[in-house]
Amino acid sequence: MSDMITKKLMLYFPKCECEKPIIYHLVKDHDLIVNIFRAKVTPEEEGHLVLDVTGTREAIDAGIEFIKTFDVTVSLTGIGVVREDDRCTHCGYCVPYCPTDALRVADDKTREVLYDETKCIECLACVRICPFGACTSTF
Amino acid sequence: MKTYEQINDRIESGTAVVLTADEIMDYVDKKGLEAAAKEVDVVTTATFGAMCSSGCFLNFGHSTPKIRMTEAWINDVLVYTGIAAVDVFLGATQIRHGDPANMYHPGDFRYGGGHVIEDLIAGKSLQLFALSYGTDCYPLREIRTQFTINDLNQATMVNPRNCYQNYNVGINNSDKTIYTYMGQLEPNQKNANYSSAGQLSPLLNDPFYDTIGVGTRVWLAGAHGHVYSEGTQHAGHCERTPGGVPTEGAGTLALTADMKQMNSEFVRGVSLRGYGVSLAMGVGVPIPILNEQILKRTCVRDRDILAPVIDYGHDYPQKTGKVVAQVNYEQLRSGQIQINGKKVEVGSLSSYHKANKIANILADEIRRGDFQLAKPIAALPKESSMKSLEKRGENS
Repeated sequence: MSDMITKKLMLYFPKCECEKPIIYHLVKDHDLIVNIFRAKVTPEEEGHLVLDVTGTREAIDAGIEFIKTFDVTVSLTGIGVVREDDRCTHCGYCVPYCPTDALRVADDKTREVLYDETKCIECLACVRICPFGACTSTF
Repeated sequence: MKTYEQINDRIESGTAVVLTADEIMDYVDKKGLEAAAKEVDVVTTATFGAMCSSGCFLNFGHSTPKIRMTEAWINDVLVYTGIAAVDVFLGATQIRHGDPANMYHPGDFRYGGGHVIEDLIAGKSLQLFALSYGTDCYPLREIRTQFTINDLNQATMVNPRNCYQNYNVGINNSDKTIYTYMGQLEPNQKNANYSSAGQLSPLLNDPFYDTIGVGTRVWLAGAHGHVYSEGTQHAGHCERTPGGVPTEGAGTLALTADMKQMNSEFVRGVSLRGYGVSLAMGVGVPIPILNEQILKRTCVRDRDILAPVIDYGHDYPQKTGKVVAQVNYEQLRSGQIQINGKKVEVGSLSSYHKANKIANILADEIRRGDFQLAKPIAALPKESSMKSLEKRGENS
C-alpha cells in the first residue's frame, strides 16, 4: 500500500456525457478510492466534478485515460474555489470559517492570509462570507 | 521639545525620521524614550476596515438642456438629490434598487453604495439615471448616461465617522446563527469577530487627542485629506485603562479628501451577508513626536489594549450595556480567546496587513517630503459622551 498516492482532479462534463456512470468504473475497474468534494452534473447542462482519487500511480493514470475516452476534460490543476489575490484584503474574516485551514494567517508580522488550494474541500464557506467577493466558485 | 514647523522643515529637507506604529515600540525599547523622542519626528498610524458612515458628494456639471435632479441612481443605487441641481450625495450603505435585501434571509447584498464608490475610484464607467419634475430654468425631465470620475467636476469623499478609536468584539450567546455588521456569528459563543488595527490604529496611538484634531492632514485611500470635525458619536469621555487607552468605542474622526486622488486598492465595497453593504476604507494618520509623552503613547502594544466582548444576539440589539468579557488585541490576533473558560475562535473584519501597508506608504511619503503635517485648528472634545434616542409621545 506504500505506493498509494492521492490526486485532486477536476472534471468538466460537456452536455452529452452526464448519463454515463464514469465514477462507478473508476472504482470498479481501476480500483481507485474516490472522494467527491463537489459535483454539479445535471442533464441538459454542462457539469463539473471535483474529487480526490487515491490508488497506485499506474491505476490513477489508467483511470484518467479511461475518463478521457469520454468527452470529459480532466484537469489536475483545476480548482473549484478561486481566490482573487487583488480582491483579498487579508482581513482574516474567513479564517475561522475554513474547516481545513486552507485559508490561514501566514504569520504574526505580515498577517497575510494565505490560500492553499490543495487543502480546500470546496465547502464554499469562504465564497458565502467573504465581504470583498475575493473567493469565488468556478461552477 | 519639537514644533510642527521644525518637523515640517525636516520633512521638506528629506531628513525626517519616520517610523510606523508597528515599529516604534521596539525602537524605543532599544534607544530609550528620551533619545528616541529627540530623534524620531513622526510615527505613522493606519487602519483598514469597514466604515459605514462614509459617502461622497459628486457634481456632474450641466447637460443641455439643464436638469435639476430630484431623484437619481448611479448603477441603480439611489443617491440623495435634496441639494443643488446636479450635486448628489452617495452613501456607502445604500443598497441597490430591486435588491431583495433580507427578504430571502440571509441576503447576499452583492452591490451597493460602497461598491459604486469603489468602481468610481477604479475609473469604471457608471450609469447615471436621473428624473426631475422640470422647471423653467431646468426643463429636462429625465437623463440616462454613462460617466467616469474624470467627467465629474468634483468627487469629494465626506465621511462623518471613520477610525473608531476602539471597537467591540462581536459574539453570539443565542441559540441560532445571526448575521450582523460584525459578521456571521455562530450560536452559543462558537466564534467571535473584532475590527480594529489595535496598536497601529490612529486614535489608540493618541488616546487623548493631543495631536489629532480638526485640520490634521490625513492619508485617505491614497489622497491627502484632512479631519474636518470630530466624527459622529465621538465620545472622548469613556472608560480607560490606567495607561489611558479607551476600553470602548470612544473617539471618532470625520474625514474628507478628493476622490480623484484615491487608489481603489484602499476603498473597497463590502457585502455583509444578512446585514447589508458598506465601504472598507484605508486611512493613515501621522503623529508628530512633539515630546516624550506623545512618543510614549505611540508605543502602545496590542496586549495593552482591551476590547469589550459584546453579545450581538441580545445585549447589543437590546442595548443592555452588558459586557461579556474584556480581551486584549494580542489574544484576539492569536485567533482564539477564552470566554468563561471556553475556547472561542476569532476572526478579524479589519485588515492589519493592509493597515501596515498604509502606515509604510505614508511613512515613505513623509520621508520623501511629499506629505507635510498640518497643525490642528481645534482639538477633539475629551469630555463629550454618547446620547441615546428617547421614544417620546408614544401612546401609553
